[in-house]
Amino acid sequence: MFRNQYDTDVTTWSPAGRLFQVEYAMEAVKQGSAAIGLRSKSHVVLACVNKANSELSSHQKKIFKVDDHVGVAIAGLTADGRVLSRYMRNECINYFYTYESQLPVGRLVVQLADKAQVCTQRSWKRPYGVGLLVGGLDESGAHLYYNCPSGNYFEYQAFAIGSRSQAAKTYLERKFVSFMASSRENLIKDALFALRETLQGEKLTSSACTIAVVGVGEAFHILDQETVQALINEFEIAGEEAAAPDQAGVDEPSAADDQAAPVDQSAAPMDM
Amino acid sequence: MTKQQANWSPYDNNGGTCVAIAGADYCVIAADTRMSSGYNILTRDYSKIIQLADKSVMASSGFQADVRALQKVLASRHLLYQHQHNKQMSCPAMAQLLSNTLYYKRFFPYYAFNVLGGLDNEGKGCVFTYDAVGSYERVGYSSQGSGSTLITPFLDNQLKSPSPLLLPAKDAVTPLSEAEAIDLVKTCFASATERDIYTGDKLEIIVLNASGIRQEYMELRKD
Repeated sequence: MFRNQYDTDVTTWSPAGRLFQVEYAMEAVKQGSAAIGLRSKSHVVLACVNKANSELSSHQKKIFKVDDHVGVAIAGLTADGRVLSRYMRNECINYFYTYESQLPVGRLVVQLADKAQVCTQRSWKRPYGVGLLVGGLDESGAHLYYNCPSGNYFEYQAFAIGSRSQAAKTYLERKFVSFMASSRENLIKDALFALRETLQGEKLTSSACTIAVVGVGEAFHILDQETVQALINEFEIAGEEAAAPDQAGVDEPSAADDQAAPVDQSAAPMDM
Repeated sequence: MTKQQANWSPYDNNGGTCVAIAGADYCVIAADTRMSSGYNILTRDYSKIIQLADKSVMASSGFQADVRALQKVLASRHLLYQHQHNKQMSCPAMAQLLSNTLYYKRFFPYYAFNVLGGLDNEGKGCVFTYDAVGSYERVGYSSQGSGSTLITPFLDNQLKSPSPLLLPAKDAVTPLSEAEAIDLVKTCFASATERDIYTGDKLEIIVLNASGIRQEYMELRKD
């Protein structure tokens, strides 16, 4: 996208009928680190890459609990994401106060989308520079939505946003048909594999990623690091044994071991 | 021309009594389950007690519609606190919140007479007692409601802390065991039920300690 004379204000249309500021806001989402969501009939899993700027600093928080039945993963301007999470939390709390029941996820995302739309039609505002993957459970089942800075929202079986999300999407496109009937464990496994795709060969460790789950009988919560590392080890062993039996001698992964990443295996799915 | 008077009252008193006793490492909160209006009984099985946080339990007598509204406000505020601070509210924190919430409606008060019981940050039992507009104090034991005038003198006799003017200073917490405290509470209500028409039916007891929360019931006279 190149600079042009119609991109200064969000309230200026281009002759081609585009709002460039909104599109630039969506670019900000593409620059953020990856976030992935998948859902089955009864569970939703959100996963994201947590890259700290330096070893000295803490990780950016990218997954927020909104309520017992809803959570979000964000990509883009995390400050905007934080503010929108606060809005969503308030909406859920107020709805519960009035109706003594959980705010249905579909309603929440519409409110969020309408809020985003306002910022695309005011000259004194700017669009939110964050994409949200909203995962939640309500009476009609498990849902995963993606909310854009443009004010659009879509429901997905599985989706990925942020940098190198295309790699994850390719993986998800291959496997998504099985997700609806998937078990909780397999869903998390697929989230981890999809996440690994975005790392382009780097080793997947629990310190660099965050996983959150919500499901029937399971309130939204972020899995702790030990659990995630245990899952990674479990699945990495399976992944390595399946893909490269000849390398088995060298690549003996264990919790303490810091071996080189299974580079060959992660390249294979993308070659399809 | 005489000043116009209201021909209806926004308030009603649904009666009932609440008690709380703090121990060294536990807290007992109890209330009867009778809900009345005037000389009528509305129900024999209404809980006046709510757990607001891990370690905070509130019992409230007075106008139950206001009590319920107050409970909802506090529950919402606690949820917000958890989102912002990633932890449960401590009992002293909840005590302050309750006071502020009550005073917020200083000029149209919640007709609620509350006792807040729980464990403080050190794990010791704590009881906070309130008036309708939020004036509160941490005490070792307290009673509120229609039977409080019958129960408080008895608790004073059994538990009253030495004067704060004494040296050396003594703790505001009662040197009673958990079982003794529960027994004392049951005795209090059995007696109050005899003479207070608004107290009776059933006694609900909540016990909070390091191992968690427990609930007990005792039948009371139904007349």
